[in-house]
This record gives sequence, structure tokens and C-alpha cells, in this order.
Amino acid sequence: MLEVLTGFVSELRRAGLPVSVTEAADAAEAVRHIPLEDRQAVKYALGATLVKSSAHWRAFETAFEVYFSMRGPQFALEEDSLGPAGARGERAGEQETGSLGREAMRGAGEGGGGDLVSPEELAAMLYRALQNGDTGMLAAVARLAVALFAGMESGRPVGGTYYLYRTLRNLDLDGVLQRLLGAARAGSGGDFAAPAPAGASDGTGGYLEGILQRDAESARLTPLEERLLADEYRFRIAQLQREIEAEIRRRLVADRGAEALAKSLRRPLPEDVDFMHASRDEIAQMRKAIHPLARKLQARLARKRRHLRRGALDFRSTMRHSLSFGGVPAEPRFRHPKPTKPEIFVVADVSGSVAAFARFTMHLVYSIASQFSKVRSFVFVDGIDEVTSIFERSETVGEAVHRVNLEADVIWIDGHSDYGHALSVFWQRWGKEVGPKTTVLVLGDARSNYHSSESWVMRELSERARRVYWLNPEPKAYWGSGDSIVDKYAPFCDGVYECRTLRQLESFVEHLV
Amino acid sequence: MTRPAAAGAAPRTARGIAASAGRPVVVGEEGAGEAVRFASVPALREGLGMVGYLADDGLAGVVFLADRLGKPVLVEGPAGTGKTELAKSVARLTGARLIRLQCYEGLDESKALYEWNYKKQLLRIQVENAAPDDESAGRWNEIEDDIFSEEFLLERPLLEAIRASEPVVLLIDEVDRVEVETEALLLEVLSDYQVSIPELGTVVATQIPLVFLTSNNTRELSEALKRRCLYLHLDYPSLERERAIVLAKVPDVTEQLADQVARIVRSLRALELKKHPSISETLDWARTLVLLGIESVDEATARETLHLLLKYRTDIELAAKELAAATARDSA
Repeated sequence: MLEVLTGFVSELRRAGLPVSVTEAADAAEAVRHIPLEDRQAVKYALGATLVKSSAHWRAFETAFEVYFSMRGPQFALEEDSLGPAGARGERAGEQETGSLGREAMRGAGEGGGGDLVSPEELAAMLYRALQNGDTGMLAAVARLAVALFAGMESGRPVGGTYYLYRTLRNLDLDGVLQRLLGAARAGSGGDFAAPAPAGASDGTGGYLEGILQRDAESARLTPLEERLLADEYRFRIAQLQREIEAEIRRRLVADRGAEALAKSLRRPLPEDVDFMHASRDEIAQMRKAIHPLARKLQARLARKRRHLRRGALDFRSTMRHSLSFGGVPAEPRFRHPKPTKPEIFVVADVSGSVAAFARFTMHLVYSIASQFSKVRSFVFVDGIDEVTSIFERSETVGEAVHRVNLEADVIWIDGHSDYGHALSVFWQRWGKEVGPKTTVLVLGDARSNYHSSESWVMRELSERARRVYWLNPEPKAYWGSGDSIVDKYAPFCDGVYECRTLRQLESFVEHLV
Repeated sequence: MTRPAAAGAAPRTARGIAASAGRPVVVGEEGAGEAVRFASVPALREGLGMVGYLADDGLAGVVFLADRLGKPVLVEGPAGTGKTELAKSVARLTGARLIRLQCYEGLDESKALYEWNYKKQLLRIQVENAAPDDESAGRWNEIEDDIFSEEFLLERPLLEAIRASEPVVLLIDEVDRVEVETEALLLEVLSDYQVSIPELGTVVATQIPLVFLTSNNTRELSEALKRRCLYLHLDYPSLERERAIVLAKVPDVTEQLADQVARIVRSLRALELKKHPSISETLDWARTLVLLGIESVDEATARETLHLLLKYRTDIELAAKELAAATARDSA
């Protein structure tokens, strides 16, 4: 056990989690107090001692699944020859001790004749499982789907996502969802209420069943009911996807061993994901991460502002306070000067390659807008447009960022980035409004498709403005290569920063205020 | 110098654990001064259920470990997910006194640990001076000993928890509100269960209290603090758990309504809102629905009562629109 644990801890460290020696010792101590055969208990014990931030939980979970899935040869791929009746098999739920699981599967295989199910049968099972919300059956479907579609071969150096993609593509979950909703709308969802196998379903309260039964007789679904039903199905589908992922992972571990797999599954934490290469899934993760990030930043900045310890002695307050020391001014009090709030001009390249970066930066800047006296924003590709009013009109920052993409007029000729033209137009139209209180933020990779740089604009700007910063989402090593002309602008900026991840962005914004 | 009750650490007893719950949940293992409060995770979970706190296994597991390892629990999560309530419930379950330290910006030693009752000390000195005597020089030491004795010590929550002879649960609420430097105050208490008072010496706990720290995660806590704690992230509950909570806490609610309430709340939490509805808001909403005599929520009632769940106008508008929209728009 100790050996597994040290391996696990070093894997967590490799994944970027800060695990100290004391914490590892605590984990070892904690494990002594709980029943080791209870996988969930072990998981929570390790989680409580090793993971000290909710943002790291996902990475922990992945590593845990890999290291503490069923190890050893007896869990290899022998159940591939399962029959459809396996669907009814209890998957031995929490107590995934090996023998129990195998017995269950064997018992389940009785009616299946040992053959693989056909895709059609599987689709029907999937439909039924989703409709009934039968967790045991969902797990079984996940198993069969992986066996049937993933086409996993021993020793192939392919990541789990490849298998996941293959499996999901074949299952066509979107289509299934549409059919389920269609059936509910048509009122034929009567068998929803059919009692699920004992213990498998949690008895989803009477409400949805009520709707569907009533509907079978008469009325249509109201939008609210339909919405709740759709959400329920979506929730079950998400659960199925998790089951499939877990199944694939389990098989991969059996095939390759935990250490090798953990390495291929290691993914950066949301705040360390590179803006330019983030997948859709990662972008979604980052969008979730940015909200608490902005809130934290806001709280920290507000606090910093209040606690600046400079300023003249506040005589009145010092005297007042000295009364509690018998008239001795033991604690001098100071007036806290209120630092002036800067005015921010955000000038962002929103062309395809860097759009995600621009969105995140604007989101963050606007989330802490109260730290600035004024925020104005401009977006460009080869033309440039002011979008401040979009932010003013919108209810939420997220919505505004979304609308910027649709409404701003940023195309001049061909919609390829032209920094020179965009900047010179900016100078002509808004240059006079840049003043000594203004901080100008330029966001972009400065890849200008070999157009002229017009770097005099930056020189003029840097003379007028309080500060000019350039944030570049490209790795520093690429600056100046190809059509990147960031070097032409850099001499006129007060700072050019590499800003590839949320973490870098956060630290820059903190520095800015 | 007088020493407080630090000497001769009284053996920890398992008394009163579930005494309030009316039955023994606890098996006290009195060997070598080691006694535990909870026999097992399921027992703890059941006990919490009896005092009205529905825990899942993860939560119960962490609290169980906190007792076994003698470590504080750091509870983090969104507002209104029952962080504070957890500490209160554990106190109720174990029959212990709850000592609460509410953190805020500017909290300092004199509010968290102890303070000398300086007015009383002054009075004491003045009384001494008023008495006609000529040997005042010789008596100064005596007075000094005297004014730095327990009589003049004002206990603040942390010291109070350490010195308590009966079982206590210490709740340090919203620890993320204090400055990073102030966190250091807590470290000695949390790791060694002792407080050092220069004039009196070190006060060591006679019994190890269960400690809960809560945080709304407005800033990262220091590594030093995190390292000393077990970490528990309390998120919004699952559909099943929320339904059970509604059923348990709202009188006269039908199972059907509870289910529907939980479902609507789950759908709302999936939206991008400024503030998601918390458990307490769910309960308020369910209570209101029961009071209004509503048996099943439709769009109209939902719209009219949404303000109980959501506290921002924009959120309410978005939610009303979404709930009437039948299918979820792909979040853009």
C-alpha cells in the first residue's frame, strides 16, 4: 500500500499539485483508519489530506482512477464476451472488489450466450437505460459500448480520448436525446414510469413520472416541464459519458499499467492552459475558472487599496486612539491616501488566432472595472471599432463579450490582421482622448501579415499615455519570427508581456492596478 | 506565577457523544488516553442525519478522519452550502459546546486569542496605591504577579476552546476574511492545540477539540494553514440529496413538490448566473410554495417566486426566460 501511495503522490506532484511531505504522511496515517476495501472511503481520505484546493480535484480524480482502479491481471479484458443480459447485471456498484464484480458479470452473462450484442440492440438498451434513469444499466451500456465501438487494441500508443471519441461517435447521444424528447412530447413516454429494476434506480421522486403519465392521457408538456425533462436526460447522458470514460481508463490501465497511463492523461490545470491551443472543452473549463478568479482578484485589490501604509500622520485619530492607552500616543494613525484609479483603454486583436485570448482578457478587465475610473475598449482585425457601448448596454460581461464578436465592425478589406492600419485609424479617431491618466493595453500576437507596422503610432501613444502595455499570447520564443512584428512596437511600450495562461493574465492585471 | 489548568492533562473522554441523540453511537476506546468520538463513518453519517444534517459519505468520511487524526477541517465552498451548519450539527451530535470565532478584516490577537483586562489592572494598581503604605517598592513584584494572573485575563474564542474542560467544537468562520499575516495566529492553535502567553506560559489543551474552519474562497489561504488541515470541498448537493434536504427541513412538503423544486434548482444552477441559488434559498422557496398552497410549480408561479431563489435582477430575468424556453440554449 505504501508503495502505491508514494507512486500516487509523486504522480500528483507531476500533475502540478503541491503536495508536501507532511501531507503525504497524513495521507498514509489517514488510510490506516478506514476500511481499505471501500474505494470511495479511500478516495475521500486521500482527497482530504492531499488536495487542498477544489480546482485540483479533477486532476486528483483522474490520477486516483488510474492508480486505484482494479489492478492486476484478474481484471483484464475478459468480460468482452458479454451478452445483452449483462445489462441487467449489477455492476457491484461501490464495492468494486474484483471477485464480486466478476461473479456479477458472469451471472449476468447467462442469457446472452456469450456473444457480443449488435449495435442495434445496444442502441435500444441505451435508449431504455436513459429513459428509465437506471444507473446499473447505464454502467452496463457503457461497458458494452466500449467493448463494441472503441476498438481497443492492446499496446497501441493511443490516448484515451481517441477511444472515447470513437465510442461516443457511434452512440450518437445527441440523436438519442432528440428521440427521447420527441417521445416525451408525443406522449408516448408511458414506460418511463415502469418500475426500474430494484435498487438500480433511485426512484426519481414522483414528479417527472407524473408528468409523463398524465401526458400519455392528455395534455402537452408545458415548456417548464419539457425543460426539466430535457435537463434530466442530459444529466443522465453526462453520467453515461463519465461511465464510458472510466471504463476506457480501466481497460487502459489493465493494458499498460498505471504509471504510463497517468502520464498520458496528465492535463494542465485550467489556469495553466495555453490560450492559443485550448480545446473546446478546455475553453469551457477556463470560462468557469475566470469568474472566481475575477472575484478573488477584485477582493484582493480592494483590500490592497485599503491597506496601503503610506501617508501623513492623522493627528486627530492618533489622539483619539491614545485615550485607550491613558493618553500616551502609543499607536500612531495615518491618513491613507486614495491612489488615483487609472483609466484603461483596451485595444484588442479579435482575429481568429487570438480571439480567445482577447475575450478572456476583456472579461477579466471588465469584471474588475470598479478598480478603474473608466474602461474603454476597441477591437480590431484590419479595421477597428469601439465597443465600449456594447459593454454598457449588456447585462453581464459574458454576454457583452459574446456580442462583441457579432456586432463590432472590424473588417476593413479582407479580414486579415493589419496592425498598422488598425493602429493608425485608432490614432486618428481616438488618439486625442488618450491622456496622462490613460493606460493603454494592446492585446495581440502582432502577426500583421507583412503589412507595414506604423509603429510611430505606438511612439505617439507612449508619449501621451501614462503607460502602454502589450500583452502577447504567443510564447516568447516565437516573437519576431515570420510576420510577427512585436519587436517593432516593443521599444515604445512600458512593458511587453507574454500572457499565455490565465495565471499569467491574472498576475499582469494585478500588477496593472 | 500561577499556571492555568494546563498541568495534568485530563484524559479525553468519549462522554456525551451521542448522549444528546439518545443512544450510544460511540465506542470509547479509553486505552492510552486515546478516545474517539465516532465509531465509524456510517454511524457518524447516521448520527448527523438524526440531528438534521444530511451528509454524504465523503463529508462524513472527512469529519471521521478529523476526529481520528486530531486535525482541523477546512471547509470550502460556495455560500449557503451548509459549511457553518456542519460545525453546528457536529456540536449538537457530540453534545459539545460550540465556540465560534467570526473572522473579519482587522481581526487581531486581542480578539482571537486573549487580552489582558487592562482597565481592571489599572484599578488594581490604583487600589494598591491608595492604601497607605511605605514599603511600596517591595510589593511591586507581588502586584505584578497579581495583575498578570488569570483574574485579569480575558479569554477570547481560541483560548477558550483550548482551555475548556468539557468537549467543545471550535468553529472559525470565514477564515478567508482575515489578512494573510493574521492567519499565523491560528497556526499554533491548529497544529499543537496550545496557546503561548508570555506572562503565563503555554496553555496546552486538556482535550483536543474538533475544529472547523470555513472559507468562501475569496482568496487563497496560505500553504501553512492548508497543510495543517484536512480539506473538504462542499459543493451544491446532488439532486437526490437536495430533495432529501427539502423533505427533511420543510414541513408539509409533498414528495412530488420537493422533487420538482430540486429539479428546477438544479436546472438553474446549470445556467450562467451571477449567484447560484444556495441550499438555504432552496428551502426558503420550498417553504413559500408550501405556504402559498402550491402543489406543482408552473411557469407563472416560478416567475412570481423566483426572487426568493435569485438575488440579482439580471439573474431573475435570465432564469425566467430560460425556464420558459423548453430546451437549453447551448451556453455561448
